[in-house]
Amino acid sequence: MADDALTVTLQQKGPIPLDLTLSCAAGDVLALVGPSGSGKSTILRSIAGLYRPEVGRVSVGAATWLDTSRRIDWPPYRRRVGLVFQNYALFPHMTALANVAAALGHLPRQERSRRAGELLELVHLGDLHGRRPAELSGGQQQRVAVARALARDPDVLLLDEPFSAVDRVTRQRLYGELRELSRAFPIPILVVTHDFDEAARVANRMCLLDRGRILQTGTPRDVLARPSSVQAARLVDLRNVFEARILSQDGPLTILDWNGRTLQATRSEAHQAGAKVAWAIAGTQVLLSRTDLDQADSQPNRFSATIRDLVHLSESLAVTVVLDGPDAPVLSMTLPAHYARRTGLGPGSVVTVALMPEGIHVMTAEGEGPSDRG
Amino acid sequence: MDWVAFSLSIKLGLVTVAVLLPVGVFVGRWLAYARFSGKGFVEAALALPLVLPPTVVGYYLLVSVGGATPIGQVWAATFGHNLVFSFEGLVLASVIVNLPFAIQPAQRAFEAIAPEIREAAAVSGLSPWSVLRRIELPLAWQGILMGLVLTFAHTLGEFGVVLMVGGSIPGETKTVAIAIYDRVQAFDTASAGIMAATLLVMSLATLGLIYRLSSQVGRRHG
Repeated sequence: MADDALTVTLQQKGPIPLDLTLSCAAGDVLALVGPSGSGKSTILRSIAGLYRPEVGRVSVGAATWLDTSRRIDWPPYRRRVGLVFQNYALFPHMTALANVAAALGHLPRQERSRRAGELLELVHLGDLHGRRPAELSGGQQQRVAVARALARDPDVLLLDEPFSAVDRVTRQRLYGELRELSRAFPIPILVVTHDFDEAARVANRMCLLDRGRILQTGTPRDVLARPSSVQAARLVDLRNVFEARILSQDGPLTILDWNGRTLQATRSEAHQAGAKVAWAIAGTQVLLSRTDLDQADSQPNRFSATIRDLVHLSESLAVTVVLDGPDAPVLSMTLPAHYARRTGLGPGSVVTVALMPEGIHVMTAEGEGPSDRG
Repeated sequence: MDWVAFSLSIKLGLVTVAVLLPVGVFVGRWLAYARFSGKGFVEAALALPLVLPPTVVGYYLLVSVGGATPIGQVWAATFGHNLVFSFEGLVLASVIVNLPFAIQPAQRAFEAIAPEIREAAAVSGLSPWSVLRRIELPLAWQGILMGLVLTFAHTLGEFGVVLMVGGSIPGETKTVAIAIYDRVQAFDTASAGIMAATLLVMSLATLGLIYRLSSQVGRRHG
């Protein structure tokens, strides 16, 4: 499997700065996530041969598609790559079947139509062969685009924001279909998205990008809950990021001093006692209760607070609370939607928040070196 | 009705269209997709015949390919007659005067194809030639055809440059537009009237076709 892996190295100063190396094994779905201008789409275009970076190397298995140092630069039509464009870019004058058949040039003419039909079946569009793109819904167009991308029997499948142009319900269904595809076609699959939930749903690995550099690579769960730096935490929209000082290491725990409050976190080996650190906690790792108010502030990780805001979302409840104390830190959390109704909570309610030790992630503070002793 | 002049006009129109078809496709496509410094200058130069008086174009043709010029002499030595005041000279003049009519609509039609469509074709394994044949031409054909219809109609109506370069040799360079002028000079208004009406109807028909086509060009594909 490793032999069929995709390896990409890209470097350039501008106009879109790039300085990264990434790889994706066959069978893996790697999500490239980052803000606009982070270079996500340029990476896909460089792999497909639609963009030529100043310095770069792209190889799949034994084949080298691009190596600027050896002046190798295969044109797109020679690279066996399937690319699903953000707006699908279907050929408007062709039927769905002809769109897919157009990418089957490697097959004898008489087999193309049959194979195109099979691919449309695979993406659940078996009965819409004769429709033109304008007669298909967004979700159906996306499926034709996926079928066309697979038609070349690609060594790599690239998807550029493939779900951005379809509605929410269709999107949920397409997530599942993409996961099925990755099992049916064990090739490296790269998905560009700016949606972290989407990345977590479709990918088993995730690459967090900012201004052409990789900040962190790992499982979506790790990248989202255990960012490698404060910068990464901000990019993944982890709102609860604070500074603290390490008091001691105590068995399985790291004890932190957070502006006079004591915090227990799962042990973090990277930092010494006394070091100034940053810590973060995902909104799902914060618990809220109204019953044990007397225990607040007397036990580690439990603090009394006042609800500032409460927003009902479709499946959950977004709550922000202000902790007591002169620094008045604000914590954001997500709770089950029924929670507020059951407990009668609202803005101004006094509550106790409890921070799960295993949810507290300790990082190097901004402006501090990784081995800084504070 | 001067049928010799009429058929000469049709023949000149068709030959001009035949010469300008590949020119319109390749130059139009090149201008639509290529990015280079001086592109504006090239586009301006190709549009010149739209604004220059036909007599200016005719004058420069006479002084560059006339019988006394090197090009004219090579032509005469090779083909046994002068390039100016011949049908071939008329074709050359007509092609030059019609460059913007053939190229610009084709260029607009190629520009209307979304870049991702061409990129999608390339990543689908289509070679540049196949992309042109299977994707670009089927999407741009209305614009190309519009340019050719415009060229044909404009050739039928061209007067100044034809008079300058072709003179008025019956069967060789005397087109219907010149014939009308001749008939009016000879006070034969009846013949002039028939030919003028014929040109009017033909021009109206072609313009109708052009407007029909142009309502479909300009719409961005993809």
